[in-house]
Amino acid sequence: MEEKLSFEYAPAPESRALVSIKAKYGHFIGGKFVAGSKHFPTINPATEEVLSHISLAGKADVDAAVKAARKAYTTTWSKMSGKERGKYLFRIARIMQERSREFAVLETLDNGKPIRESRDVDVPLAAAHFFYHAGWADKLEYAGLGTTPKAHGVAGQIIPWNFPLLMLAWKVAPALAAGNTVVLKPAETTSLTALLFAEVCQQAELPAGVVNIVTGDGSTGALIVNHPGIDKIAFTGSTEVGKIIARAVAPTNKSVTLELGGKAANILFEDAAIDESVEGIVNGIFFNQGHVCCAGSRLILQESIADEVIEKLKNRMAKIRVGDPMDKNTDLGAINSKEQLLKIRELSAAGDSEGAQRWSAPCELPGKGFWFAPTIFTGVTQAHRIAREEIFGPVLSILTFRTPQEAIDKANNTPFGLSAGIWSEKGSKVLWASQQLRAGVIWANTFNKFDPTSPFGGYKESGWGREGGRHGLSAYLKGVSHE
Amino acid sequence: MSNRIDVRKTYKLFINGAFPRTESGRTYEVKNAKGVFIANPCLASRKDLKDAVVAARAAQHGWNKATAYNKGQILYRLAEMLEGRRAQFVDEIVTITGVSKAKAEKEVTDSVDRLVWYAGWTDKISSLSGALNPVAGPYYNFTIPESMGVIAAIAPEAPSLLGLIDSIAPIIVGGNTVVVLASTKAPLSAMSFAEVIATSDVPAGVINILTGKKDEITPWMASHMDIDGLDVSGLSAKKHADVKTAGTENLKRIYSFKSADPGRILAFMENKTVWHPIGL
Repeated sequence: MEEKLSFEYAPAPESRALVSIKAKYGHFIGGKFVAGSKHFPTINPATEEVLSHISLAGKADVDAAVKAARKAYTTTWSKMSGKERGKYLFRIARIMQERSREFAVLETLDNGKPIRESRDVDVPLAAAHFFYHAGWADKLEYAGLGTTPKAHGVAGQIIPWNFPLLMLAWKVAPALAAGNTVVLKPAETTSLTALLFAEVCQQAELPAGVVNIVTGDGSTGALIVNHPGIDKIAFTGSTEVGKIIARAVAPTNKSVTLELGGKAANILFEDAAIDESVEGIVNGIFFNQGHVCCAGSRLILQESIADEVIEKLKNRMAKIRVGDPMDKNTDLGAINSKEQLLKIRELSAAGDSEGAQRWSAPCELPGKGFWFAPTIFTGVTQAHRIAREEIFGPVLSILTFRTPQEAIDKANNTPFGLSAGIWSEKGSKVLWASQQLRAGVIWANTFNKFDPTSPFGGYKESGWGREGGRHGLSAYLKGVSHE
Repeated sequence: MSNRIDVRKTYKLFINGAFPRTESGRTYEVKNAKGVFIANPCLASRKDLKDAVVAARAAQHGWNKATAYNKGQILYRLAEMLEGRRAQFVDEIVTITGVSKAKAEKEVTDSVDRLVWYAGWTDKISSLSGALNPVAGPYYNFTIPESMGVIAAIAPEAPSLLGLIDSIAPIIVGGNTVVVLASTKAPLSAMSFAEVIATSDVPAGVINILTGKKDEITPWMASHMDIDGLDVSGLSAKKHADVKTAGTENLKRIYSFKSADPGRILAFMENKTVWHPIGL
């Protein structure tokens, strides 16, 4: 008998000894941690273990944060030269790099994403965002907005739970570089890395009040959005909430940027490199459990290669390692919350009842925590809810096409327009498709790539404005001719 | 003086390259500064707006696909045609507003020159605003401004011709198509400018002009789900809040402008970022 080789992975858990989590947190206002009044638990979604208790900011807390931000803006930050402001941002970038493993572990515990992703994507990119924007602080007059671009003043920033620290960096770094001060609210389920970031601000000796962090739920967010002392609102989250914010701000002079939902098409042409494309599809929808606004959640697959690709995709999906997010081998971690898990289940059930065919990777899901196996639906039509609504989970809807124009028409048949993918080895076809697709970010023969130099943001109902690059910076500066 | 009776012009709408009357059958009376009757232009309705948006949407893909050089030549052609009809526009402005001939001539001159200025932007705006992004990896990554789609505009009451040019030209420079509501009190320049458009190789549907009441048409523009952006420069600031609120239904981009500059073109363009790996 031939000896059978085993390629099973041994557990490789990351140590959590690196982080110390307090039993209870307050808010970070005016450079100090201040006690909150009401608290709610924050849990590890992979185990349902209560990690800590987070303060629910009310009106008094938000008022205090806005007041601290205004004072810092008028007395310190707006008077400081760009050169000096930039040096604080460089310091923050360096401290984040130094404490990167701590951030990664804390992010994975609080969010449920695999340590491999928090360690290799979220945290390094967050530090890179600060490093990139630090260099803008003394070069604003070259940003294409005239010779004297001005900060807005106090920016209110509300971020989601899918990339907690990275979204903080996307918001805080350009705001500070442009000379604004900020009041930031992390998402209700993922506040811990923002509170650790507050410690980084202290270590960097950032002037008090330049960054203020208040924790809470949607009610705290509403207090920020409606606060008369705030000049600029930046929000990342669902299109539904984005529209509520847009309506709230419409009668005011507040400037707004919105980074909202998506239902990205990932188009796979018959002349693509199939194996690479399958990797790209997997990365497109299963990265970060599919909790990605730009996830490639609709595979638009050329009919001639559909059977071959679906078979290869199933084989590949069967090898996705689902489980303990702290294990360095894990590919797919926990769903961030029970609420989100119920939403994924509800939409998937709609896929079944509307006539699409479900297939889930055979994998053992842990008994505790919130989990959903990597899943595809075939036989999806454009009318199905799973082809139209953002699932925000590891669920891929597969549609087919015959002609390139049909692929484009199906891809663009959505009110969203955040991102899209193209897979083809033919250069002219790739460029043609990238022109035709109505989306702000096009990944051709790649997917889910991010960089601080690269503007990110959506067309249509996927939002207003860009983040990253010179275009993103301009969202935090006055100087454009229109209002 | 001759005893000849003037042949007057019927002022109609301009939709999809044609001059239809309003489907509503309604008109309103326009008088000059001294209160003398001048014309009965169309009082456009919600249905006229819908028709104009359908035409604008149908024309957008083709207009966007035209080369920047081609778009620039068509905008320049508008300037040529307007230059050739200076006298008519001067007369209409004098008749309706009562301004001096010199002042009217200046407005027409500025309008021609403004069109020439915009014509030159079609093949330069993307090099002004685009970027090659030096990402930390083996990827070719660039950002370019692209057309936003169908944009509606409310032209200012005055100056009625120059204001109209500023409401139309920056929007179409970016590859968008436009539905513009002309000055209510002084719509003659706008409807005569439609004749300039009709003879300038502008494809049908790229520019559509309505006449009527701002308070009636603006809310329909704001809530229309197939309009992507709205220029409210012609609307008083106190009315912006309602328009912006209604526009959130499809997250319309709504702006007002004080001057003609490249930012006015870019306001109704979207930035697209494209990534592609580099390798063997």
